[in-house]
Amino acid sequence: MTIDRLLEGLKQRDPRAIGRAITLVENGDESAQAILSSLDEDLISQAIILGITGPPGAGKSTLTNGIISELRQSRKRIGIIAIDPSSPISGGAILGDRIRMMQHATDRDVVMRSMATRGRLGGLCATAGAAVRIMSSCGCSTIIIETVGVGQSEMDIIRLADITLLVLAPGLGDDIQAMKAGLLEVADILVVNKADCKGADILAMDLETVSRQEGATNQARVSMTVATENKGITELLERIAEVDSEHRDSGEREKRRRGAHDQEVLDWCLEILRPRLLAEITKRDLPLLGDPRLKAKEILEEQ
Amino acid sequence: METTHKYRVLIGKPGLDGHDRGAKFIARALRDAGFEVVYTGIRRSPEEIAAAAIQEDVDAVGLSSLSGAHIRLFPAVVEALRKAGAQDIPVLGGGVIPEEDIVTLKAAGIVEIFTPGTPIDKIISAYREACEKKSSV
Amino acid sequence: MAKHPKLAEWEKNELAKSLSRFPERKEKFTNHGGEEILRLAAPENIDDAYLENLAFPGQYPYTRGVQPTMYRGRLWTMRQYAGFSSAAESNKRYRFLLEQGTTGLSVAFDLPTQIGYDSDDPMSVGEVGKVGVAIDSLADMETLFDQIPLDKVSTSMTINSPAAILLAMYVAVGEKQGVAPENIKGTIQNDVLKEYVARGTYIFPPKPSLRLITNIFQWCSQKTPAFNTISISGYHIREAGSTAVQEVAFTLANGCTYVQTALDAGLELDVFARRLAFFFNASSDLLEEVAKFRAARRLWARLMTERFGAKNPASLMLRFHTQTAGNTLTAQQIDNNIVRVTIQALAAVLGGTQSLHTNSKDEAHSLPTEASVRTALRTQQILAHESGVADTIDPLAGSYYIEALTDRIEREALALIDKIEESGGVVKCIEEGFIQRQIENAAYQYQLEIERGERIIVGMNRFQIQEDKKPPLLRVDPEVEKTQVAKLAEVKNNRNNEKVAALLTRLETAAQGSGNLMPIIYDSVKEYATLGEICNVMRKVFGEYKDRG
Ligand SMILES: Nc1nc2c(ncn2[C@@H]2O[C@H](COP(=O)(O)OP(=O)(O)OP(=O)(O)O)[C@@H](O)[C@H]2O)c(=O)[nH]1
Ligand SMILES: [Mg+2]
Repeated sequence: MTIDRLLEGLKQRDPRAIGRAITLVENGDESAQAILSSLDEDLISQAIILGITGPPGAGKSTLTNGIISELRQSRKRIGIIAIDPSSPISGGAILGDRIRMMQHATDRDVVMRSMATRGRLGGLCATAGAAVRIMSSCGCSTIIIETVGVGQSEMDIIRLADITLLVLAPGLGDDIQAMKAGLLEVADILVVNKADCKGADILAMDLETVSRQEGATNQARVSMTVATENKGITELLERIAEVDSEHRDSGEREKRRRGAHDQEVLDWCLEILRPRLLAEITKRDLPLLGDPRLKAKEILEEQ
Repeated sequence: METTHKYRVLIGKPGLDGHDRGAKFIARALRDAGFEVVYTGIRRSPEEIAAAAIQEDVDAVGLSSLSGAHIRLFPAVVEALRKAGAQDIPVLGGGVIPEEDIVTLKAAGIVEIFTPGTPIDKIISAYREACEKKSSV
Repeated sequence: MAKHPKLAEWEKNELAKSLSRFPERKEKFTNHGGEEILRLAAPENIDDAYLENLAFPGQYPYTRGVQPTMYRGRLWTMRQYAGFSSAAESNKRYRFLLEQGTTGLSVAFDLPTQIGYDSDDPMSVGEVGKVGVAIDSLADMETLFDQIPLDKVSTSMTINSPAAILLAMYVAVGEKQGVAPENIKGTIQNDVLKEYVARGTYIFPPKPSLRLITNIFQWCSQKTPAFNTISISGYHIREAGSTAVQEVAFTLANGCTYVQTALDAGLELDVFARRLAFFFNASSDLLEEVAKFRAARRLWARLMTERFGAKNPASLMLRFHTQTAGNTLTAQQIDNNIVRVTIQALAAVLGGTQSLHTNSKDEAHSLPTEASVRTALRTQQILAHESGVADTIDPLAGSYYIEALTDRIEREALALIDKIEESGGVVKCIEEGFIQRQIENAAYQYQLEIERGERIIVGMNRFQIQEDKKPPLLRVDPEVEKTQVAKLAEVKNNRNNEKVAALLTRLETAAQGSGNLMPIIYDSVKEYATLGEICNVMRKVFGEYKDRG
C-alpha cells in the first residue's frame, strides 16, 4: 500500500488502512510521521479513553465485550486495544483477548487491535497512544484499552486513559492487599465482576472500606457486574459517564491529558535518544574504571 | 528511529470442530519462535476470521480443521479475504487432510498445507517464508 | 497347601454367588497342554495391606476388577464407534458390524448434531455428515435403527450438550419398535464438563448444562433404569494432551461434580450412582495404562465411600469403556498402527475394561474403511480368544512395578482433585482456565519431545521410509448435506406444526422454571420437533458458553 493510498484509506475509515497504519507506527516505520500528522485532532480530543485493568481471569475481556454490545446499541463506533505481554525469551506473544469479543468481529464499527508489550520500557505507552489516536481519528468515540494489571507497565497505560476501571472478582486470592498501593489508588471505578459468585458482596464491602480510607482524593466507587450475563453494564456505563462529566467540569480530564501528553513526549525522547546515546557511548570506548553516573552526566552535558 | 518489525500471524479454527490441540501447539511454537500470534479459538466463521486478520493486520493466517470440513472452509477464508481486498494475506492450513485435497486446496489459493507428522521446524519456516514474502511486496 | 481363609471366604461368597447367576464361558479353561488355568492368583500371605488396597475381584476397593469372574464370566463388550453421513448409510454400517460379531453399537454424530444445529443451519455448512451421522429429527433416528432391535443391542451414543434430545429420540424409536423403555440398554456420554476443557462441543454455560444432566439422571432412574445416564470421559482429556494422572484426576473430579449436583437437586445417591459409567483412553505406555485403570477404579470407590457415603456396591464400582488412543496413530506407515492398537487394547483388557473400541489403522488419514474396521475388531477377538489374557483375572496384580505405579497414580490424582476442590471446584477451575492450562502445558511438552527426537515415534521421527502408496480412502459423499436438508424440509412439511410450536413454547416456559425438562423434550421429539429447534429454545433461555481459548 502506498502512503497516499494509506492516508486516503484512513480518511475512508477503511479497516485495512487502520490496521496497517497501526502496524507501521508500532514498527517505527518511516511513514509513521506522515500517518500521525494526518490525523483529525478534533476527533482525537473528543474521544473518551477507557482503561480496563485487573488480575488475570477477572473478566476484563468479557466485560469489554459487554460494554461493546451496550455501546453498539446506541450506534457508537468503538475502538479496542488489548495488550498482552511479550515473552522475554523469544520476543513472541500469544494475543488471546479477541476470543471473547469475536461476536463483534464482522461489525465494521468495532475496531479492535491486539498488541504485545514488546518489552520496551515506556515504549508501550507511546505505541498504544498512537493506536488510540489513529482509532479516534477514524471515528471511534470510545476507545477501550485492556491490559493485565499485575506489573508496572500498566501504570503507563493507565496514564493514557481518561478513566480507569479496575476489574476484580471474588476468589482471586489476596490480590487486594497486593494492589492496595498501586492500582487501587489510581483507578476511578472499582468493578466487582462475577457478582454471581460467592464472595462478591464481601469483596465489594472490602473495596468500599479501602476506598474510604484513601480519603477524599480518591473518588473510586464500586460497581458490580456479571459480565457473562451482561448484568450491571448499563449502570456501569452510567457511572462512567458521570465520572467523565465530573472530570470535564473539574478540569481533571485536561490535567490527565496534559500529563499523558508530556509523558508520551518524554517516552519518545528517550526512545529516540537511546540508540543515539548508545552509539555515542560505544564510540567513546570509555575506560571501565570510574562511576557510570558521572560519565553519563558528562556525555549529556556535551550533547 | 529504530524499526522493530515483528511477524504477526492469526491462528484460528473455522467450522465446528473443537479439537484445538494442534492449533494451540502451532500458536505456542510460533510464539517461541518470536512471532506475535493472534489466537481466535474454535468455531469461527470464515468471515470472522478474515475480518480479524484485516483488523490485526497480520502477515499470514493459519487454519486448522480435523473434521473433514477443510475442503469447504479453507477456500471460504481465502474468498472472504479476497472480498475484503486482502488477497495479499497468505493462508496456510493444517489437519487430517488427504493428499488429493491438498491439490484442490492449493488450487484454491491456500499456500501451504501441513498434515500430521510435519516437523514443527518446517511449519515455522513456512510461516516465516509466507510472512517475508508478504511484507516484501 | 491350605487356602487362606480370606480367599476361601471370597470363593464361598462373592464368587459362588456370581457363578450361580452367570456361569463362566467355559466349564474348564486350559492351556495347550491341557492343564487348567488358574482363575485368580493371590499372594500366599494375605495381609491387611492386601485386603485394604487390592482385595479380591468384585470386592471393595475393586482394584482387581468389578466382577468376581471378570472375563471368564463374560468377555468385554466389543463396541466399535461408527457413524457417518446419513442415517441410512450408518444403518448399513451398523448391520455390517453386528454381522461381524460386534456386541454393542456406538453412534458417532456429526458436529452440527453435537452442537445442536440442524443440517440446514448456516453454522452447519461443510460439516453435515462429516465426522458422524446427521440427526435432525426422530425421522432420522428411525432410519438409523431400522431393523436393529433395541431390546437386543445396547447402544452407546457420543452425545453431550444435546444428550437429552437424542436420548428422548432413542427411547421413542424403541417404543415404536414395541420395546418398553425399561428394556432399553445403552449409554449416553452426557459429560459436558469435559467438553469445556477438551472436546469443544459445548452449547450452554455450565449451570444449565448441569441441570440438564441432572434432569436426565432423574428421568432415567424412573423410565429407563437399565440405561447408563452418563459416561464420564477422560478419553478426550487425554487426547487433548493430558498425562495419565491428569486424565484420572480431571475425570474423577468431573464425576464428583455430577454426583454433588445431583445430590443438591435432591436425587438419591444409591439410585443414580449405579448408572454412572466412565470412559478412558488406552495409550501406548502399556504398564502405566494398566496401573491407571486399576488406580482409577480404586480411587473412585474410595471417593464415593469417603466423600459421599455411598453404601450400595453398585454405586462404588467404576465401570468403564475404553478406546485406544487416536492421537498415537501415525499417518506414516499406517500398518504400524495395528501394532500400536494391539498394545493399547491389551492394556485396556489387563486393566479390566468393560467395553472396548479399537481404532482403525487409517484414522490418521480419514474415516476408516470397512476393511480396516474389520482388522481393528479382529484385534480384540484375537486378544479375547487367542492371547489367553481373558482366562485369568487381573494377571498383573502383585507385580512390584504395577502396584507401585498404581499407588503413585492414585496418590497424584487425588492430590490434583484436592487442589481443584481447594480452588473452588471444577466449574470455577474451568472458567479460570486452570484445567485447560494444565492439559495444554502437558501437551506442549510432549509434542516438543517428539519434535526434538527425544521421544521416538516409529515411522514418524525415526525409521522413516519413502512412501508413495496412498491408502484407500473413504469419503463422505458431498451430496449428503443436500439430501439431509431436503429430508428435513419434508419432515417439517409433514408434521403437525401447530402442535410443535405449542410444545416449543411450553419448553421455553419450562426452561425458565426449575422443573425437569425431559418429559417435555420427549413429547416434542415424538411430534418431530427438530434438534435445532429444541436447542434454540434452550439457547434463548440459557445463553451460550464462550470459550476462553
Ligand atoms: N461466573 C462468572 N464468570 C465470569 C464472569 N465474567 C467473566 N467470567 C468468566 O471468567 C473467565 C475469564 O474471563 P476473561 O474475560 O477472559 O478474563 P480476563 O480478565 O480478560 O482474563 P485475561 O485476559 O486472561 O487476563 C471466563 O471463563 C469467563 O467466562 C462473570 O460475571 N461471572
Ligand atoms: Mg482478557
